[in-house]
Amino acid sequence: MRRLTGTLTPWLFLVPALVLFALFKFVPMGEGIRLSLYDVRPYLGDEWVGLANYRTVLTDPRFQDAVGHTLLLAAGTTLGSMLIGFALAVLLEGHARSLWFVRSAVFLPVVAATAVIGEIWRLLYYPAPNGFLNSLLSWVGLGPWPFLDSPDTALWSVMAVGIWKGAPYDMVLILAGLAGIDRQLYEAAAIDGATVGQRLRHVTLPALRPVVTILLTLAAIRGLRVFTEVYVLTGGGPAGSTDVWMTRIYSLGFERNELGVASAGSVVLFLVTFLLTVIIRIYRGRREATVR
Amino acid sequence: MSGAAKRCDTALGWSAGRVTVAGRALLCAVAVLVFCGPLVTVFSGAFDNTIDPTRLSLLPGHPSLVNFRVAGARGIWHYLANSLIVAGGALLLQVAVSVFAAYALARKRFRGQALVLLAILTTMMLPEEVIAIPLSLVLGDVPVVHANLRGTLLGVILPLGAWGFAIFVMTEFMKEIPVELEEAARVDGAGELRIFARIVLPLCRPALGVIAVFGFTMIWEQYLLPLIVATDPSGFTLTVALASLRSDDQVGPGVVLAGALLALLPSLLVYLSLQKSFLAGITTGAIKG
Repeated sequence: MRRLTGTLTPWLFLVPALVLFALFKFVPMGEGIRLSLYDVRPYLGDEWVGLANYRTVLTDPRFQDAVGHTLLLAAGTTLGSMLIGFALAVLLEGHARSLWFVRSAVFLPVVAATAVIGEIWRLLYYPAPNGFLNSLLSWVGLGPWPFLDSPDTALWSVMAVGIWKGAPYDMVLILAGLAGIDRQLYEAAAIDGATVGQRLRHVTLPALRPVVTILLTLAAIRGLRVFTEVYVLTGGGPAGSTDVWMTRIYSLGFERNELGVASAGSVVLFLVTFLLTVIIRIYRGRREATVR
Repeated sequence: MSGAAKRCDTALGWSAGRVTVAGRALLCAVAVLVFCGPLVTVFSGAFDNTIDPTRLSLLPGHPSLVNFRVAGARGIWHYLANSLIVAGGALLLQVAVSVFAAYALARKRFRGQALVLLAILTTMMLPEEVIAIPLSLVLGDVPVVHANLRGTLLGVILPLGAWGFAIFVMTEFMKEIPVELEEAARVDGAGELRIFARIVLPLCRPALGVIAVFGFTMIWEQYLLPLIVATDPSGFTLTVALASLRSDDQVGPGVVLAGALLALLPSLLVYLSLQKSFLAGITTGAIKG
């Protein structure tokens, strides 16, 4: 009896987590895979269609466009956030209390909910000549720009918001990386007569490599599943110019009720995300092994 | 050593020279303006009674509370209540589920442990957006109990109840607690629940701070989930309801900003009061994840 309770105890503590995961993660995951193989017809019964849904979604030009936008948006947001995050980090590195204050202030966009940020930026981007950003631009002799209103500029405007919210997050991680750099290396570089530029290139940047890999991994995965900012800022428009993977799945699934096709799109998204994670992990593992 | 380039305490070798300090202060001011300016416009816009989207500014022109009254008439307090109920309920559930699971994973050895860890890792690699469509069907008819959670706040709360990240953070922390404390209590005849509640849990307070802050942010950030669970607008959380305020022709941007301000304040309060836990969690979370 004692032994039985001994083996049962850990499971009793795990039950809440396992039940919730099973009901709201694993059952939907299995259900999603099943649906992707069926023509889903409410009340009529589902009909097995094999891989037809996958063919439909992968050959759909609107879906292909959306995947293209997703990749562009993910790459641009990732790189932009990292560059500006790096600039912020080297600007705000240090122990002074005033710097700590500026860091806390700059970090605020990360904390705010994405949907709220989307609503704010919609207003800042107001496309009339006397909109907030356009009046700022007119001071320096630029604009007015249509921002979210034109297919030519909408995706870039969405990207700018992503960078604005992403850069301070990257800054925190890069700051942690900067703090870990041995100050004696800087001193040695100074004694060798290296300029700040050379020191940055040969000491600082190589030391930040692990942080950069982590940031790339996180950003790539987040970038592929981007939904809220696009949905709030543009809803995929104008003329589908900012449609991304998840907004396409959302409109297929919830607006046009093509549950099978939408599920196939979701399964592909999962596979791509999963493969990307695994590849980066293997690459990271191998790299660390060769460095040591 | 001479010259600005030779300072070794920062990557750029910032010196204490007057020109450098002035230039750096200027750049800092620009950074604060760029990253906080848009949030400041929310405050000024929410309290400004002009209804013109082109008149957004850093300071309110005609201070008034009219935007909140109009937003109140559009049900903003109801949406805020929804958001707070979801945040409170899901956070309590998430913290409880995480400490229970972490206790088993960190303090016990049992068959199937590796499998459980793998399962949790899988949920972390599974973007929640990917299962949105089947999840909406599952919530309409929950397996085993056959309940319909669509249109209820419980339908938003329960899927957020177990979060792999929180379980892992908690597990890592609990592993550090010396086993002697537990053994001593066991010799004194303390039962499992007593050890858990009286010995392990009180020592976990710092980690509780981290998972609470992150849990709150994660829950407040939810958009797709409340959107698909709601069967009509009365089930919306505040973040989702902002869009319907915006598309309402009868109200101006000031009213949207009043709603945005209400959605922003809880995040700001949580961040400013628990900033240390937040930053600690970001660095550990990213490295483990």
